[in-house]
Amino acid sequence: MLKFLARRLLLAVLVLLTVLTISFALTRLSGDVAVSMAGAQATQEDVETIRKAYGLDRPLTIQFVSWVAGIASGDLGRSYLYHAPVSELIKGRLPVTLTLGATGLVIALCLALPLGIIAAMNEGRIWDRGIMMVAVVGQAMPGFWLGLVLVIWLGVKWQLLPISGVETWTGYVLPGFVLAFSAVPALMRLTRGGMVDALASDYVRTARAKGLTRMSVVMKHALRNAAMPVVAVAAVQLGFMLGGSIVIESVFALNGVGYLAWESIAKNDFPVVQAVVLFLATIYIALTLIADLFNAVLDPRLRIG
Amino acid sequence: MRFDVRRVAFGLGVVIVVCIALVALLAPWITPQDPFVQNLEARMIPPIWMDGGVAGHWLGSDQLGRDYLSRLIYGARISMLIGTLVVICSGAIGITLGVIGGFFGGRVDAVVMFIITCRLSIPLILVALTVVSFVGSSLAVVVFTLGLLLWERFAVVARTTTMQVRTLDYISAAWAAGCSLPHILVREVLPNIVHHLIVVATLEMALAILLEAALSFLGLGVPPPLPSWGLMIAEAKDYMYFSPWVILVPGVALFVLVLGINLLGDGLRDRLGAARDA
Repeated sequence: MLKFLARRLLLAVLVLLTVLTISFALTRLSGDVAVSMAGAQATQEDVETIRKAYGLDRPLTIQFVSWVAGIASGDLGRSYLYHAPVSELIKGRLPVTLTLGATGLVIALCLALPLGIIAAMNEGRIWDRGIMMVAVVGQAMPGFWLGLVLVIWLGVKWQLLPISGVETWTGYVLPGFVLAFSAVPALMRLTRGGMVDALASDYVRTARAKGLTRMSVVMKHALRNAAMPVVAVAAVQLGFMLGGSIVIESVFALNGVGYLAWESIAKNDFPVVQAVVLFLATIYIALTLIADLFNAVLDPRLRIG
Repeated sequence: MRFDVRRVAFGLGVVIVVCIALVALLAPWITPQDPFVQNLEARMIPPIWMDGGVAGHWLGSDQLGRDYLSRLIYGARISMLIGTLVVICSGAIGITLGVIGGFFGGRVDAVVMFIITCRLSIPLILVALTVVSFVGSSLAVVVFTLGLLLWERFAVVARTTTMQVRTLDYISAAWAAGCSLPHILVREVLPNIVHHLIVVATLEMALAILLEAALSFLGLGVPPPLPSWGLMIAEAKDYMYFSPWVILVPGVALFVLVLGINLLGDGLRDRLGAARDA
């Protein structure tokens, strides 16, 4: 187990270093960051001032090293637009995005688990086919468009739910649902697949033979085994959701990390952009690490290799 | 004959994709009007079946008086073009990496797996937006950005399936016959895994089309005045409360195309016997 842990941690650190390099390189793609930051009306002098102020006159390697050194001491750089440390900006916006992601995950699991179980219990029959069709249809729905459509009808025409802002918890319902929508088909297919295998297994047959009720067999025996890969994928999906919340936050005008990123990208605020890319990637790496360790604890076979 | 939902779904997928591909190809000959010509006196005309609809503007006109049906038809070109080019680009990257990793195994495979893990860790939409914004938005930039980002499923599937065929007899036979390594990879391995990859290609095409729409919706995809469906939704957003059809029309088009591609992919998976989790 210790060896597995060490290898898995080493891999995470290597991936993190690569992502660190990529997020730095990304913001240097435009060639001269200082020129795009200064804007169209800027004089040569303005550009030089910005270049000096942000240390962009130094060679790229030095810039990279000082950025990494800053991160190591908890300093993610300063925003050009807000004149504030990037870490404070992210910290301020994080609660909205995390609440949104958590809401999305809960809604996704509440939809995907029951539907997947029902489909597996009726394998090959009309309920199964119907539920799988819903998954195909759901997969084809563009999230941002679904968001707008729900805003028009549920929010404005029928006034059931607020369409923007998060003053009360109801503000999270619509965006959470739209965010969950993207994760439901994958989680549902996985639940169904796992349940179909589990229901056909020997231990389920034994449990049935002992005279246990169908409900107890499905819930206690089959689901427990089918749930393992679902937990791992749910963690990965949460990572995707946090990354994808940039679209949903802009549809529902939520002031989270995604909106911060979009704003900084549109306005060339490169210190914020590279920090947010790195931040979201780190969350994803951490989530997959936790999911892997969780699975290894539950299933000793995974610890080898 | 028994009514089979899957057969019907596959047929529907084929019909949708073929129809939209034809519309995209024939766009210049079937559009009723020029999709770029503005007519400020004919703005926001509703579709023909609603009150105030006008013959000649079957799906109405947008906020600049451009014919909505013509823009929708040209939009099909953009979606199909982006979907196809992205799949070619990402397929080339992903299949190369996956086949190499799966065939050689060991250290080479570990490197390939590492590259795949790194790609998965990068937030997709955020990075695509950043690249398009910093490099400048154009159709070509969107295609290359998505092509460079959407290859990981190709790589994963190519890797697993190559591992399954590399020890089979015909590969040993090819070695024994003195075939070169490139010959074995391209002529022996690839044809035997290609049916799995076709299914991945449909999934990735659908994803590329959805992502282009999302990028264009956020204003960092295909630049105006090109009639991308995502951009049409973004431009119509300010008017959607009074005339919901302005976002319904391009949204439904996007939904139908992606649904068609997914149904086609699912049907192919059943027919070609590709892996369920491909």
